[in-house]
Amino acid sequence: MADTSTRTLISETQLSRPLGKAVYWTVLTLVVLGFTLVFLGPLYWLVTGGLKSTQEVIQNPPTFFPSHIHTDTYSEAWSKLNMGRLLFNTLYYAFGALAFQLVFDVAAAYSLSKLRPVLGNAILGMMLATLMIPSTVLIVPQYLTVLDLPLLHVNLINTPWAIWLPTVANAFNIFLLKRFFDSVPEELMAAAAIDGASPTRALWSIVLPMSRPILGVVSIFAVVNVWKDFLWPMLVQPDPRNQPLNIGINSLSIGVPQNVVIAALAIASLPTIVFFLIFQRNIMAGLTSGGLKG
Amino acid sequence: MAAISVSARRKTEPPAQENPSQGRAALRQRLRRHLTGHGFLLGALLCFACFSWWPMVREVIMSFQKTKRGKTTWVGMDNLDRIFQDPDFWHAWRNTLLFTVLALVLGFAVPFAVAVLLNELRHAKSYLRVLVYLPVMMPPVASVLLFKYFYNPSYGLFNNVLHALHLPTSAWLNSPDMAMLSVVIAATWMNMGGATLIYLAALQGIPGELYEAAELDGASLLRRIWHVTIPQTRLILSLLLLLQVVATMQVFVEPYLLTGGNGPQNSTLTVVNLIYQYAFSFNNYGSASALGLVMLLVLAGFSALYVRLSRTTD
Repeated sequence: MADTSTRTLISETQLSRPLGKAVYWTVLTLVVLGFTLVFLGPLYWLVTGGLKSTQEVIQNPPTFFPSHIHTDTYSEAWSKLNMGRLLFNTLYYAFGALAFQLVFDVAAAYSLSKLRPVLGNAILGMMLATLMIPSTVLIVPQYLTVLDLPLLHVNLINTPWAIWLPTVANAFNIFLLKRFFDSVPEELMAAAAIDGASPTRALWSIVLPMSRPILGVVSIFAVVNVWKDFLWPMLVQPDPRNQPLNIGINSLSIGVPQNVVIAALAIASLPTIVFFLIFQRNIMAGLTSGGLKG
Repeated sequence: MAAISVSARRKTEPPAQENPSQGRAALRQRLRRHLTGHGFLLGALLCFACFSWWPMVREVIMSFQKTKRGKTTWVGMDNLDRIFQDPDFWHAWRNTLLFTVLALVLGFAVPFAVAVLLNELRHAKSYLRVLVYLPVMMPPVASVLLFKYFYNPSYGLFNNVLHALHLPTSAWLNSPDMAMLSVVIAATWMNMGGATLIYLAALQGIPGELYEAAELDGASLLRRIWHVTIPQTRLILSLLLLLQVVATMQVFVEPYLLTGGNGPQNSTLTVVNLIYQYAFSFNNYGSASALGLVMLLVLAGFSALYVRLSRTTD
């Protein structure tokens, strides 16, 4: 992406003229300021809103800086909205889903790519077919399935399984992983087989170490998806003690002062923002490489 | 070298069966390989069966059934008849289409314009990219409730800004005319980052010589966008357009959190909201499934188009 030499819509010569320079720097300043205002402004309002008093936060006209800093709003939000519990639940669901997806989807993709059992292609086709079905349409039969799991007849409502297991049925992950595993040379697999390595051993010692980038992409999106999901956890986690952030804040915020709610939202956003700033390179690479040609 | 022998062995599996015990050993080995393969698939297969394949079948079955006090009966087309007669059905579709159109005007055009602009800038590139994508990463409840606070007609930020600029203020979410637009604005802010970055990647793939040539031919800036940028990104644009249509037609969270689902005079009741209400407010799984099936058929049309388009890109 660091191809500064290739020209775009506007040529370097045009930009180096005095008029071009003036226009460019004006546009750049406007864009930087505009973007900061539009995308960072709301976050500033979120963080400072949590520092205002109950009266100040609904005062008209609003204040740009909190007149008195009320850090206790944050501690109030933490205890009143049970933030510790909600954060823990969200992390528990997200990393549990990640573990399940890594184990089952990697195993499935490896099998489809390298072991190629009978009917493998048909199975892959049936998995990919699910990508065509809009997810919200299936929400009712999925809910009923979780209510009474076929054959086993267990009710998964209010258990983390209701969130973990459905995330495994992710055809896009399996497709991405399979395509990456396909690029692992057959020579290596054959050499491992000659050395007496079992399929599991070959997966562990050869395929996985070579697949770090794709595993990173899949992991990040697995965590982000659970973190962002709303409708499904709302249905399958009716007990407030088991709810993730998205649902918990919404249901617990009724009757709570506005500034406390805002502080809670700021607390809820902080982990994702930190996560994003740490992994932004990987996230954006994954988005533009794997994101489109599905 | 080894690759050739391995792939050759795969294609013509049993090389030569001179003696039966050797053949049996090879067979056993092959069987073992298939069994291991299916063993590795098992976890994912069970999850797909439970949470994708069976629900797909069940969705269709339930559309023609009615469940009352635990007893399930076949009712044929009754569910479909019922939902077609429900005035909310037409409300929901009208609102969903309105949302889709508004969301495309904003959520499709704005990211493209932003991507074209960002592609021209030589400075602050990664800063701007991080900014655009930041809302995509936030928990939806945070963005949505923040916007709800901004939309508040008496003390919200938006009306205060409008007031300061001497522009007419609005009731935003409380007004039947403005509610849907308010939902779209919030949704665009939350989601535009993804599309912007994909466009940006596509724009970076355009060969510079094309612009060079167009410029030599005396093409103005706008004509260069029209005759080079847009044709060069046409496929990605159309793919994303279809994906966005399919995604935006399933909108649920934003109206649910911003207006409680219905909005003033049902102005933000969307199809998925209606499915949700049929199923989880009225326990009418039959109608919910029938409506889901209608939605599925509508979206299947778009998905089929997507498949055709993505084939031509390869």
